[in-house]
Amino acid sequence: MKKIVLVILAFAVCATMYSQEIPQVQLKNLKGKVVNSQEIIENDGKPVMICFFATWCKPCIKELTAFSEAYEDWADETGVKIIAVSIDDARSTNSVGPFVNARGWEFDVYLDANGDFKRAMNVNNVPHSFLLDGKGNVAWQHTSYLEGDEAETFEMIKKVAAGESLKEEKVEKEEE
Amino acid sequence: MKRFLFLLVVFLPAIQLFAQKDGKNENKFNVSGNFQSDLQYYFEDQKIGAVAVDERLLSNSYANFMISYGKFSAGVRFEGYYNTLLGFPNSGGKNDGFGVPSYWANFTNDKLEVTVGHFYEQFGNGLTLRSYEEKSLGIDNAILGARVKYTIVPGVNIKGLVGKQRYYWELSDGILRGVDGEIQFNEMIKSLNDSQFRFGIGGSFVSKYQKEDNPIYNLPNNVATGAGRLNIGYSGFNLISEYAYKINDPSADNNYIYRPGQAFLINATYSQKGLGVILSTKWVDNMSLRSDRNATLSDLTVSYLPEITRNYTYVLQAFYPYASQPMGEWGVKGEFFYKFKKGSKLGGKYGTTITLNYSRVHNIKKTAMNDSTPIGTSGTYGYNTSLFAVGNELYYQDINVEISKKWSKKWYTNIAYMNLYYNYNVLMGTAGHDNVKANIGVIEATYKITDKYALKGEVQAMFTKQDKGNWILGQIEFTMPNWFFTVFDNWNYGNPDKDARVHYFNVGFGYVKGGNRIQLTYGKQREGVMCVGGVCRHVPASNGFALSISSTF
Repeated sequence: MKKIVLVILAFAVCATMYSQEIPQVQLKNLKGKVVNSQEIIENDGKPVMICFFATWCKPCIKELTAFSEAYEDWADETGVKIIAVSIDDARSTNSVGPFVNARGWEFDVYLDANGDFKRAMNVNNVPHSFLLDGKGNVAWQHTSYLEGDEAETFEMIKKVAAGESLKEEKVEKEEE
Repeated sequence: MKRFLFLLVVFLPAIQLFAQKDGKNENKFNVSGNFQSDLQYYFEDQKIGAVAVDERLLSNSYANFMISYGKFSAGVRFEGYYNTLLGFPNSGGKNDGFGVPSYWANFTNDKLEVTVGHFYEQFGNGLTLRSYEEKSLGIDNAILGARVKYTIVPGVNIKGLVGKQRYYWELSDGILRGVDGEIQFNEMIKSLNDSQFRFGIGGSFVSKYQKEDNPIYNLPNNVATGAGRLNIGYSGFNLISEYAYKINDPSADNNYIYRPGQAFLINATYSQKGLGVILSTKWVDNMSLRSDRNATLSDLTVSYLPEITRNYTYVLQAFYPYASQPMGEWGVKGEFFYKFKKGSKLGGKYGTTITLNYSRVHNIKKTAMNDSTPIGTSGTYGYNTSLFAVGNELYYQDINVEISKKWSKKWYTNIAYMNLYYNYNVLMGTAGHDNVKANIGVIEATYKITDKYALKGEVQAMFTKQDKGNWILGQIEFTMPNWFFTVFDNWNYGNPDKDARVHYFNVGFGYVKGGNRIQLTYGKQREGVMCVGGVCRHVPASNGFALSISSTF
């Protein structure tokens, strides 16, 4: 038991000192090509949003539809790139392409059929989004989707694009 | 295990010091993790069949901690069941307690990935091997052992593994050995890199070793399963297919027959902007593979047979979910997505999305080997069948139409209609029960009061003459920044037994901030079945408070 406590303590100490960056995990694109999670977040030093979703998840569809409607404006203003990662398993992995295409979503879409990337990013449930700064570090994250969340998301993207620190938000989070 | 923890404790601060000295951006030391805890307080409620629980409060908790430094990473998982929530496969005392069920270390560079400890893996569509976790079902069949993945040249990937599966706090009796390889020609051959035509092949082989232990039958110690798959694509068209074969594997699943198993999947899709079409079929015979031949329910599964039916999420549409039948099933599915363009007559200002889907699942045609041996007799070959031989018994059918439309900046609606046939006896494992024919309708409307405040209303109704009769569900949800409040009533107003016309009333609220979420609900839960990916668990009736906390950090 003591050892378990020690491990948790050691992790906790480190967690306060370093920000999270993206782990290296294999994903597939919609054409079946194996890609590396660190490659897909390349965006010339501009912010990247990674959105975990599933075709059976209603709040995910609402969130991505809202993002899709605003995507052009967001990209124009901040250069943000949105990446949608489907956690659909083998039951619906092959449906993701037509599902996304029919909705006209312009995001880069990747398949995480056995949840490897989801686990590596410590996602409990979908939808869950991560905002990365230009260096590929997680600057902000958000779980669930409540109507209107896209406004807060865009505020965060703008701050990150401008190189502003989100420390305030972080401090707030720790206090909770 | 103790040694592993000790090493972590010793090395963590050491690596941290090193990282501080190093100071390079690409070799940062990262720590991350997550936490989830689900608690339920139970009241007895005889009317709905909710039993009293001695502990009154039960809880399942999970936490993962992960560290990484450059190409190295490692993690541990903690789980606590004080005591296990009702309805989980490990409920009832045998797996209560706290512990470290999994731990792992990993090295990854551009070509090579090595993992030791616990890992999850899927070969192809999972027909030969899928180790995965599904907390909501209580499934975690991680493999403890070693796995290597290697990219020989771009487009040519192989992986191999050896290990034993997790069985709650223990390990499986059987040992798994597996290899998988895949070639994507468009990546491998440079001149095809940008070709519209795409082609790839793959194959996997899995062998299970479990010492023969049966006093009556002579069983194989080693069971081999192999599969081949291919994908072909041209522009918006894609075809994916996989065939798997398993040698004789007498088990509790197949009543100890010696017949080999087979499974075949074909999936064809076409899509372009605004349109998507999916056609699929599958045929499965005796294809259950577990790392213990005597395991049942959702324990120690190795093969995964993806369902062909749609995964519904509206409560009444998901009332009678399909469960995969590894001993034999044939199914077809068609799905159609279309978005009426913005500005068109049916599209309106924001576009309208329509989804149609149809699926139908039958038994497979089996014939007895001779007049004196009934189909499926233990210790025999079992029966005869041939690939794509379809039987007459309907297991499941659904027809579903769904239309989503945004009317204005303030209004959004989603309406759905579903017609269902559900073979109750086969899918619920009962006898003499009427099969269910149901019509289900859903209307959902969201009204945005302001940009950040919204009200959602939902009405669902199910009409059926079988089982428990008609149901109607109404829900109202109010959302504002970081908060949501919900209330719903699911009323079994058409139950043939007047005393059982119960209101399943629920009220709850939640708070979300960043990667953290907390939700508290109070209400009644009907007895039913919950399925994810064709694997199901029984959800007992309950009445009480439920608290759910999750965090990613």
